[in-house]
Amino acid sequence: MGKKRKMPGLNTSSTADISFMLLIFFLVTTSMDTDQGLARTLPKPPEDEDAKNELKVKERNILNIRINKDNYLMIGDDYVGLDEVKPRAKEFIANPENRANLPELKPKKCGILGTRMVTLNHVISVQTDRGTSYGVYFQVQDQLVAAYNELRDELGKQEFGYKYEFLSKEQKEAIRDVYPQKISEAEPKQYGKNM
Amino acid sequence: MPELNTSSLPDLIFSVLFFFMMVTTMREVTLLVRIDRPTGTQLEKLARKSCTSFIYIGRPATDQLRSKWGNQTRIQINDDFATDATQVYDFVMSDRNKLAEIDKPFYTVSVKADHETPMGYITDVKQQLRKGYALKMVYSANKPTNK
Repeated sequence: MGKKRKMPGLNTSSTADISFMLLIFFLVTTSMDTDQGLARTLPKPPEDEDAKNELKVKERNILNIRINKDNYLMIGDDYVGLDEVKPRAKEFIANPENRANLPELKPKKCGILGTRMVTLNHVISVQTDRGTSYGVYFQVQDQLVAAYNELRDELGKQEFGYKYEFLSKEQKEAIRDVYPQKISEAEPKQYGKNM
Repeated sequence: MPELNTSSLPDLIFSVLFFFMMVTTMREVTLLVRIDRPTGTQLEKLARKSCTSFIYIGRPATDQLRSKWGNQTRIQINDDFATDATQVYDFVMSDRNKLAEIDKPFYTVSVKADHETPMGYITDVKQQLRKGYALKMVYSANKPTNK
């Protein structure tokens, strides 16, 4: 009595187990999966009604891809299947034979590749009906991106000996200058009717 | 042989624990719509998840929801159905304002839509995004499964 007794140390040997349990809980609930998809930049909203008429493109510079409500595909005036989208798009973007019905080639400075003839003003426009299913639209978009990626890979191999993704920053920039991705996200409109 | 001193083990584990607590995003919404995303081959990874808002489009997922909302395609924003597409505009405006000023240029909207959704809904959402100057968007998709 009255004699102070030494307090024994708190047994902390199980703290590690407790924090392990918490750790495992957070490990399990953490979702480390990253979202994947096709990135797009939308055009700015039209400032006023007059501005709508500004976007006029020559007929030969547009690749019109239309999908109707029954998910049939049209490129220009032909009905096509999904597997034809990529070759048609590649031909359209590159226009290697400088044909008159494909986009006009114009000289452009392309970084370390020097001045090249590229289809500067080409636009690919995908128009859909309100009833078109999103899956088909997405597949077409995917094929178009594939067309660009294949062209970039081909040019990369031809000029630098490697596919696009293995190139340096400047090389990538130069190739992007030759094949800039121009997929129109605009609302369906009448393009170039009076040209 | 003296015993190994394990007194600092809890501290070690705690610091790992805190790391995971910080990187974990608990703000996962519960999906009210059924989404079977389209499959694509040319996908890119989303760069900054913290600067991204998600919009879900699909049909109501459960019988309970269907009896209340019908079987039409719906747009889900946060934890609720949008009554019409104009709510997307308000959502984008308020969500972007939560970001720090330097992050605002990176603000992206990821559209997670079922592959059977009619394009009309997507077009409406896109128009609202344009109106709100949320011009960066992602069509969310699955990677093809390896055969």
